[in-house]
Amino acid sequence: MAFTFAAFCYMLALLLTAALIFFAIWHIIAFDELKTDYKNPIDQCNTLNPTVDRVKKIKRVRLALKLVLPEYLIHVFFCVMFLCATEWLTLGLNIPLLAYHIWRYMSRPVMSGPGLYDPTTIMNADILAYCQKEGWCKLAFYLLSFFYYLYGMIYVLVSS
Amino acid sequence: MSTQGNANPNSSVNNYSMSSTQNGGGAAPCQNGPGQMYPAMYTASSYYSSAPPAAYPTVAGHSAPPTGKTPVSSTGYSGNYYQSSSGLSPYPAPGTHQYSNAPGQSFQQTAPYAMPAGYYGQVYSHPSQGQTQPQPQQLQPNLMPASSGSNLGAPLYPIVSYPSAPGSSQYGTLRSSQTTAGQPPVSTVMPPPPTQSSLQQYSQGIGATPTPAQPGYGAPPLSQAATVNGQSNAVQQHYDQNLHNPMSHHYAAGPPNSQGPDKERPPSGTPGTSVHSSPQHHPGLLYGDRGVNNAISSAAGDHSSSSSDHEEEDEEDEEADLAAPPAGVPAKQAPPFGYNYPTMHPAYQQNPAPKPNPSPSHGGYNPPGYQPYSQPFPSLSELSSALGGLGGVSELEAETLRPVNLLQERNILPPKRAPPPEPNLSNDLRKVNCSPDTFRCTLTNIPQTQALLNKARLPLGLLLHPFRDLTQLPVITSNTIVRCRSCRTYINPFVSFLDQRRWKCNLCYRVNDVPDEFMYNPVTRSYGEPHKRPEVQNSTVEFIASSDYMLRPPQPAVYLFLLDVSHNAVESGYLNVFCQSLLDNLEKLPGDTRTHIGFVTFDSTVHFYNLQEGLSQPQMLVVSDIDDVFIPTHDSLLVNLKESKELVKDLLNALPGMFTHTRETQSALGPALQAAYKLMSPTGGRVTVFQTQLPTLGAGLLQSREDPNLRSSTKNVLHLGPATDFYKKLALDCSGQQIGVDLFLLSSQYSDLASLACVSKYSAGSVFYYPSFHHIHNTAQKQKFQKDLQRYLTRKIGFEAVMRIRCTKGLSIHTFHGNFFVRSTDLLSLANVNPDSGFAVQMSIEESLADTSLACFQAALLYTSSKGKRRIRVHTLCLPVVSQLSEVFAGADIQAISCLLANMAIDRSISSSLSDARDALVNAVVDCLTAYRANGSNIQPSGLIAPAALRLFPLYVLALLKQKALRTGTSTRLDERVFSMCELKSQPLQQIMRMVHPDLYRIDNMTEQAALHLNDSVIPQPPLLQLTAEKLTREGAFLLDCGSVMYLWVGKCCNETFIRDVLGFQNYASLPSNMTEIPELQTTYSERTRAFISWLLESRTFLPAFHVVKDDASTKTSFFQHLVEDRTESAFSYYEFLLHIQQQMSK
Repeated sequence: MAFTFAAFCYMLALLLTAALIFFAIWHIIAFDELKTDYKNPIDQCNTLNPTVDRVKKIKRVRLALKLVLPEYLIHVFFCVMFLCATEWLTLGLNIPLLAYHIWRYMSRPVMSGPGLYDPTTIMNADILAYCQKEGWCKLAFYLLSFFYYLYGMIYVLVSS
Repeated sequence: MSTQGNANPNSSVNNYSMSSTQNGGGAAPCQNGPGQMYPAMYTASSYYSSAPPAAYPTVAGHSAPPTGKTPVSSTGYSGNYYQSSSGLSPYPAPGTHQYSNAPGQSFQQTAPYAMPAGYYGQVYSHPSQGQTQPQPQQLQPNLMPASSGSNLGAPLYPIVSYPSAPGSSQYGTLRSSQTTAGQPPVSTVMPPPPTQSSLQQYSQGIGATPTPAQPGYGAPPLSQAATVNGQSNAVQQHYDQNLHNPMSHHYAAGPPNSQGPDKERPPSGTPGTSVHSSPQHHPGLLYGDRGVNNAISSAAGDHSSSSSDHEEEDEEDEEADLAAPPAGVPAKQAPPFGYNYPTMHPAYQQNPAPKPNPSPSHGGYNPPGYQPYSQPFPSLSELSSALGGLGGVSELEAETLRPVNLLQERNILPPKRAPPPEPNLSNDLRKVNCSPDTFRCTLTNIPQTQALLNKARLPLGLLLHPFRDLTQLPVITSNTIVRCRSCRTYINPFVSFLDQRRWKCNLCYRVNDVPDEFMYNPVTRSYGEPHKRPEVQNSTVEFIASSDYMLRPPQPAVYLFLLDVSHNAVESGYLNVFCQSLLDNLEKLPGDTRTHIGFVTFDSTVHFYNLQEGLSQPQMLVVSDIDDVFIPTHDSLLVNLKESKELVKDLLNALPGMFTHTRETQSALGPALQAAYKLMSPTGGRVTVFQTQLPTLGAGLLQSREDPNLRSSTKNVLHLGPATDFYKKLALDCSGQQIGVDLFLLSSQYSDLASLACVSKYSAGSVFYYPSFHHIHNTAQKQKFQKDLQRYLTRKIGFEAVMRIRCTKGLSIHTFHGNFFVRSTDLLSLANVNPDSGFAVQMSIEESLADTSLACFQAALLYTSSKGKRRIRVHTLCLPVVSQLSEVFAGADIQAISCLLANMAIDRSISSSLSDARDALVNAVVDCLTAYRANGSNIQPSGLIAPAALRLFPLYVLALLKQKALRTGTSTRLDERVFSMCELKSQPLQQIMRMVHPDLYRIDNMTEQAALHLNDSVIPQPPLLQLTAEKLTREGAFLLDCGSVMYLWVGKCCNETFIRDVLGFQNYASLPSNMTEIPELQTTYSERTRAFISWLLESRTFLPAFHVVKDDASTKTSFFQHLVEDRTESAFSYYEFLLHIQQQMSK
């Protein structure tokens, strides 16, 4: 039983996935709020998009301000870690989501700042439904991968 | 509260006022002799009859049974017919006589009456029809079954929710007597225009218990109109009007005022009753008028707009306009209610089965169903209907469903612009339903489930024109605005009263209490009749909102003009036109004493003007730091218009001269907009931007993205979306601060409208585009710009508005189209709202509607008027819910569908690509026709079959594909394409339809035979021609009406008299190639032509540009591009398109 780099990766991924699960839940709640009319889409997009100048104005939920990009970055980060640890299977499992994230960001609406959501189109029922579905799917993916990382970590620890 | 109200009805608490001037409008058509009206159709029929009959026999086989035939033949007339008969009805003669007169005259003139029948696929023998009286009678036997058959529909649409049900039995009796007498339902005639007057009297006529006070309400047409205005004025504190009107009741106003009218009321009471029916008929007239003439707004509207170019917020103007027309019909007493009914019945009987636009006959269709039990001698079919033969497809549905083989039927265009289909509702509901000009649904029969909707492959959506200039609008002032406690729906005519104290919301079905105050009815001045309140009698009402509806005190009207003064702008000379126009209209800007105005000009720097009262001349302040633009001084840049009027005038006079020698070619639009935002953000208001080139400096600068070589490429068109989100973000900021930005783009080169338009799109502004504007070289554009400015500056405006659309539980809003910012799933934020903008809404069905028979939609627009009043305008539309696919097809409103599809296609072309959008449009037709084919079992397999209701679908889609916005392969400048897209998204339906499928008339041989007589003028009614060059002849002159532009095409061998008498030139050769107006010559020929053109323009708010196009002139391409049925190098002809669809369907 040895503490390898791979084991470290899994532990880190475990922790980060927990954070991602939180993000996903937050994402779902945010869109649900939007759909049920509790929030103005301008505020919503400002919290979801990390536009710095606007962010300052918004008192509410500071933590969640930089949601989308951080999520993507965290995911990219542990994908790279797995790459370094040569955990091909785990990496392979994450590649589709990575590709999706890249595609999603490439096809975002025209925007000067970073961000994904356009307040003028977000209320479109299709987009709203899509975002909600996306949230649920990601939540499921992160939950599954959470347990997979747990298993992976123990497996690595035990096997080596 | 309530007791107070009751005890002292005049207390200001219960102010109530109504304005129903529609009568006024109605009066005018009323003056037309029925005989004169009819012939209009005559020409039409003969026109159609000329079509090769080859195709007909087949179709006939498929068309309705004999009973259906009569109607078919007469449907074309329905509008007219009603009009004429209803026109008469207010007059003393009791039903029968009148009736026989009316048709008599008309038939004499219209011997070939049956021609249209031929057109519609029936071989019809018509010798007997030439005779006057026998005809209706002859028809009757045939028709009886039709009408009774239509009873089938009755149980389908129980009038559960209609409050005045008590009257129904009476109504029923009336009705039956009519049937025997062979006479006619007022109701038939009057469907959608929810005239409050009609309602009122209707309820009275029906009402089992007419309240003594009610008579007072009704007044002879004249006074009625005026009264109503008076009342609305009263609300706005123009009491003077009421004095003219002894008859007026006016509930508005404080005790002192109301006292007067109060005393005056008694006299009015008596006449009121007898005259009651006449106002009722006007709406009918109106409707007929609309049906036939395609008047866009109600006749009243037309009328008023004809007498004054623009309508004002203040009802003063309206009143002035409206008081006049009804004067013609002043105190003619209408026969009592029962008689009136009879008069119209024949009308109904003649056309129980209208084809695509069943409006009037619908009316006929329902009433019998409504009270089957009251008919003394129920026929078999009546019985069966009474026994619940619900599902049966009624005659008129059969008609709208009549399969049409598009490949064989060449002349599918109706001779007149068709009125929208009538929802298949009970009479009472139809009568109070919202006007189709304001509120329209793509499917007038709402499918029960999403699955059914998907099967029909038709889009479900609403088309709204919520802030339309109305000539008749009940304004209600009351302390408590009654709304549903759970869904906040405003009380409306479609709620049901469980008992005196409780009502059930028609959207969420919650049972609510009726507040005490609501128990008192200010119209009848009686207590305990909540269902007679104006809110419950009108589907379009306006409330004066209390402070609960304000987040801050209502803002004043604030106008800021942002003017481009770079070299390019000065060169184009727009500044002169603008300043002159504003000077002329300074007094007419909507607003009150608080109105503020300001000016900012910009080139490479931003200039502000200090107009502080007391200065000897305007002071110009230049801010050259465009990277961080700031406001040089905080007050006095926006000044009170009243106080600083002289300075404003000085500035406007000086402005054009100030920059004549400028060498500045740069344009810092972005910084100027930021400055405007900063200047306006404390108050909100309207920013009007005039831009003549691409913004080249500071924030929001843009690059030219257009490649001229790709203008006519058939491949994808790029750059339809914005290049930067600067303008969008700015617009959102503006929207947050209640600033609306309107953009006038006057540019000859590419200016990236796709990016610039965002500033208006999301701040609920409007976009105007004048390609290659030049004050000397392009006079047509200049004139258009002047006319548009005139309307723009003086039109009504609402500030800090929001619009919420609610719908019956189970329906939900999918997407909005138009200029606004969507703030929540059903809430639009409109910084400014103007009367010329329309909205479209896509709907989806989330839960099954099986447990309800009616679906309702309510649009509530809360805004601050330019007078600083917070007002809520509420429109409610009610539609039946159906469970059969065939009924869904039968209720399709093809114009609304086309408009909604256009909106969807534009979204698609921006988010995806133009070719995708075009494919989607074609697929929409293919899918829909496939669905219809799959549904219909008895249809012959060959040919391209469409239900009659959808027979224009392929044509409209083809026309859409040939629009500038969506066409490919024809050279189209990117800006023009984007502008066309903006128009399609933000214009009201009628305007879009004219743009998509223009109206073509031959005007060199117009006769008075078919003419319409309005007031003293004779308005010829040439038939609509199909948009194909085949219809043009060298000998003729043709008028093409495309909404925002009109072409008069003069053929080479055009008759010299026409050229001389109408155009004022000796012969064809001497015609100049750039004529932009028709001279006012004193010949009858000219007068007739001008009367026709001005009649076409009556209902328009923006006057179109006018071009006289010679056959050989270079401008003729712009004319020919509108002939959408013809083949172009890159696009299908209509026939080819049909074949293409057929091919796609067989895949």
